[in-house]
Amino acid sequence: MWGENMRSKSVVTLAGVSALALYSSMAVGSKYNLPEPQSIIAKDIYDQHIWLMWICLVIFIGVFGVMFYSVLKHRKSLGYKAANFHHSTSVEIIWTVIPCLILIVMAWPATKTVIAMKDTSSPDMTIKATGYQWMWGYEYLQGEGEGISFYSKLSTPRAQIENKAPKGENYLLEVDNRVVVPVGKKVRVILTANDVLHAWWVPALGIKQDAIPGFIRDTWFQADAPGIYRGQCAELCGKDHGFMPIVVEVMAADDYAKWVAAQLSASAVKTSMHTDK
Amino acid sequence: MAAVHGDAHGHGHDDHHPSGIMRWVTTTNHKDIGTMYLWFSFAMFLVGGTLAMGIRAELYQPGIQILEPELFNQFTTLHGLIMVFGAIMPAFVGFANWQVPMMIGAPDMAFARMNNWSFWLLPVAATLLVGSFFVPGGAAAGGWTFYPPLSTQGGLGVDLMIFAVHILGASSIMGSINIITTILNMRAPGMTLMKMPMFVWTWLITAYLLVLVMPVLAGTVTMLLTDRHFGTSFFNAAGGGDPVMFQHIFWFFGHPEVYIMILPSFGIVSEVIPTFSRKPLFGYSSMVYATASIAILSCFVWAHHMFTAGMPTVGQLFFMYATMLIAVPTGVKVFNWTATMWRGSMTFETPMLFSIGFIFLFVIGGFSGVICAIVPIDIQVQDTYYVIAHFHYVLVSGSLFALFAGAYYWIPKWTGRMYNETLGKWHFWLSMFFFNLTFFVQHFLGLAGMPRRIPDYALQFADFNMISSIGAFGFGTTQLLFLYIMISCIRSGEKAPQKPWDGATTLEWTHLPTPAPYHSFEKPPIVN
Repeated sequence: MWGENMRSKSVVTLAGVSALALYSSMAVGSKYNLPEPQSIIAKDIYDQHIWLMWICLVIFIGVFGVMFYSVLKHRKSLGYKAANFHHSTSVEIIWTVIPCLILIVMAWPATKTVIAMKDTSSPDMTIKATGYQWMWGYEYLQGEGEGISFYSKLSTPRAQIENKAPKGENYLLEVDNRVVVPVGKKVRVILTANDVLHAWWVPALGIKQDAIPGFIRDTWFQADAPGIYRGQCAELCGKDHGFMPIVVEVMAADDYAKWVAAQLSASAVKTSMHTDK
Repeated sequence: MAAVHGDAHGHGHDDHHPSGIMRWVTTTNHKDIGTMYLWFSFAMFLVGGTLAMGIRAELYQPGIQILEPELFNQFTTLHGLIMVFGAIMPAFVGFANWQVPMMIGAPDMAFARMNNWSFWLLPVAATLLVGSFFVPGGAAAGGWTFYPPLSTQGGLGVDLMIFAVHILGASSIMGSINIITTILNMRAPGMTLMKMPMFVWTWLITAYLLVLVMPVLAGTVTMLLTDRHFGTSFFNAAGGGDPVMFQHIFWFFGHPEVYIMILPSFGIVSEVIPTFSRKPLFGYSSMVYATASIAILSCFVWAHHMFTAGMPTVGQLFFMYATMLIAVPTGVKVFNWTATMWRGSMTFETPMLFSIGFIFLFVIGGFSGVICAIVPIDIQVQDTYYVIAHFHYVLVSGSLFALFAGAYYWIPKWTGRMYNETLGKWHFWLSMFFFNLTFFVQHFLGLAGMPRRIPDYALQFADFNMISSIGAFGFGTTQLLFLYIMISCIRSGEKAPQKPWDGATTLEWTHLPTPAPYHSFEKPPIVN
């Protein structure tokens, strides 16, 4: 009696510990899953991915539950005699129709997100990003900060890549000039490239778009919170494809205003020096 | 495979074929040609595998250690091209050569001389591909999809690759026309289309897909060639062209190509599962229709590889829905295999283990396929390790596992000898373990934001990359065990009976001795 009680207690403890382990591994978050979403689109993507994983898990357990039950029970070594059925129209219709219904359930929210992602109309500001082998160029075309432009290159020292110096915290994900944007504003990014294909990708903002030489593409994001969000070029662009990161710094409105003022006066100094000559 | 040759007796003057190397150069025998296809593809599998080992060695730790970025890109590019065009596709053609005539009761392939020619083109193309590492500038480095303008920038290696693709395409087209003609015209009396074994059905449909899309690939590499050397601007915006048009044309070939590599494996698995369940295949006609629907749908989904290239909303939605639809016939197949096993009397020899492993892992690849089809999620995972994990689940644990299943299943008929069952099971379980160790963690890498085709990565990706590399080295080494099992089977395996698998029902087991004679079915059998 006492022993049995003990056993059921240890089962409960084991279940509790493993559930805790599962949740804590999920809490580590970005290591096993998409990064924590920082925009409404990224949030949609994150939620739909979780939702799809649950659907897949249920189907997986259903199909392989049946299959592995069969593998365990319907063995010749257990003396099981084979049946001889080989089709059933009604069953076949059922398992054609049910997947169709599941797909509709999956497609509905995805369709809404696609339409939202493609809506680049009435932005608060517009930034043009140009892919080069191997760096990004940015021009603030419209909105607060109009006229700012700069290049953004990997700032990780060569020695770290060649294993001659210890690697820093943001190894390969740090740049000399970050793209700075204000929080809560709709930023339209228009993209092109100077030489070959590149792709501008910031996972936390749920944005990825190829940059195509000779053509213009656009996309948008609206960051929920100030912070620094890192991404990388996502389209093979040659030798240093792995070495052209993207770093977006989202600032509160007043910080952003100060940054804009500093950038514009710096470029004004540059221009006046140029005219003085 | 001397055993096959040695057993040819009493078949008239046709047997006075040359011996030694000239036998293989001049042969028109479908069994000889099938054997050459299989050895060739295994050799290419080892070459492509060696490149994969190089890639995983570089990615074992962050930082650049072994391969400089440019060489790393050459490795990833050639790994893809060699595995797709050199290993997987020729291996299936090898199976078709051996099995299609025997399974339909035909004496040989319809165009025997052309069959020889389509094989002997392959070593030429392979030489060009492998040799391109040693030309100035090295091999092509623009990925196996060779998107321009990057591939327009490359050196001589890109031209060698283009020429190799032309040759491989010609070989594939000839091979498929041969298979179509053989299946449509040379079936034994009584074998109607709807009585053909599933392997033959899947190859018939695959061959039509090949004839449809290989010319498209040939066209697009030719356009790339003229862009590179003859001043055209098909894919150059400065001259009025469009780099994205290349992607559309490439993937119009490329997506059916994916099914070209998986449909014959469905066929192999559909032979193996009923045999070892001792029960007929469930839903034969729905299997045929599902295969045909997958093939037709596969021609309307190509742009799902290009969701980040920038497409109108309607385009994205169309390609998303069409792609999701493929899950339906694919699901039907999985359900049918499960229903075939249900209430069977199963045994678990190596071919059956590889087939069950195939279904289990292919379904995981199918799930990640549906997830990739959802445009918003694809925006995040496109060109990341998630996609790498996805397509290795369908190509390695899909196509390759089915090829292993087929090799173990038919090797007794081909050589007259049994393989070592214990070692075969070791091969399966080691492959299963190391495959998942290599590729399962890559899902996490992709979700967490690691792009594909990079030689070095940020520190948060370090531990999963190390696990993946260890798995890859284990998987690569395990395949040498397969080579050992096959060679020892051919040389010194136990003699196999005519029908070593008691559940087998197709003609090669029921009507032919083991090993299959050099010329089989000179008089067609009657199928009732």
